[in-house]
Amino acid sequence: MAKLLSDKTREAFMGPLNANNPVVVQILGICSALAVTVQLKNALVMGVAVTVIVALANVVISALRNTIPGRIRIIVQLVVVAALVTLVSAILKAFLYDVSVALSVYIGLIITNCILMGRLEAYAMSNGPWDSFMDGLGNGLGYTWVLAVIAFVRELLGSGSIFGFQVIPDWCYEHGYVNNGMMMMPAMALILAGCIIWAHRALNDKEDKK
Amino acid sequence: MEHAISLFVRSIFADNMIFAFFLGMCSYLAVSKNVKTSFGLGIAVTFVLLVTVPVNYLLQKFVLGPDCLVEGVDLSYLSFILFIAVIAAIVQLVEMIVEKFSPSLYAALGIFLPLIAVNCAIMGASLFMQQRVVLDPMDPKAITSIGDAVMYALGSGIGWILAICALAGIREKMEYNDVPKHLQGLGITFIVVGLMAMAFMCFSGLNI
Repeated sequence: MAKLLSDKTREAFMGPLNANNPVVVQILGICSALAVTVQLKNALVMGVAVTVIVALANVVISALRNTIPGRIRIIVQLVVVAALVTLVSAILKAFLYDVSVALSVYIGLIITNCILMGRLEAYAMSNGPWDSFMDGLGNGLGYTWVLAVIAFVRELLGSGSIFGFQVIPDWCYEHGYVNNGMMMMPAMALILAGCIIWAHRALNDKEDKK
Repeated sequence: MEHAISLFVRSIFADNMIFAFFLGMCSYLAVSKNVKTSFGLGIAVTFVLLVTVPVNYLLQKFVLGPDCLVEGVDLSYLSFILFIAVIAAIVQLVEMIVEKFSPSLYAALGIFLPLIAVNCAIMGASLFMQQRVVLDPMDPKAITSIGDAVMYALGSGIGWILAICALAGIREKMEYNDVPKHLQGLGITFIVVGLMAMAFMCFSGLNI
């Protein structure tokens, strides 16, 4: 059977999902990862937006990589990313207005998201468009799953719901269960992220020893 | 005047860039290993904020806002591209000026300056400024003049210095602590920042 993806492309896609995850291993793109995770829906929209932008920006920069002068490459990268972010922001405003209001400035801040600049500098500037596309996709999805985990815990414990639907039954509240308001605060997002990094490292370490 | 001072104090404590909005987290975590370099980066960030926020304020006021340049045209969809271009250009300019006139400062900041163009705190401050321009002038968060923009930038920068120096101080001491193996390094740093953010929450009701 012909292989769908070459080894290099597969590695570019799979690496960032776990072993080389941009958020929990490389600690990039933390700002938005923590700020948008109060609700699962917002976190997923943000994850998809970042995935689309990082994949497309990787393709564009990779296609242009031989024509960009070295000294001004950062500015060229920023302009390409800013144009893509403007498009995504307009699309969100048109179709998902309430989410775009909730995400407020953090959509604009995708421009300065370290994952994007990191991938453009480290991968797209030295690899072909197809590999770069898969690399962008992998990094975007790696970012998305971490966001989804943090948002799941925060929404479940903070407001007792998932995707805005109440999952903790009313009789719990009647018997004195109270939502943990702390989960909605920025502070708990940081502590949760610390715990996820802890768990991720402990698990990966075990796999290495086998 | 009262309004500007209130804006200044609020942006240091209640609306702290790091603890309330997580802006500039990447360089914040990467650089805060010792107090001296942290302070250097903090100064560089404040400096760039002080230049970019007022410039972007003028752009927003006279070019991007509705009916500014052409009657009936709202150019605010161009703000991302324009703001980031201004920031990148100013960072480049600041780098050249500092290199020319103060080589010692340049040597101290050198490595950080180019990185600041992609620091979320800089872009974030401009985007928050854009949101606050349209607020009611009586709102304590509103930015209604160039003086307010300067005060907001200065406060945000000082808040950032405060946060990074505090964390660097804690991390210097933590070198000698017995932290569980997998939590060492960034894991424990996140938890420390979380606890600091919790402490800063007590400023959130601050009113002057």
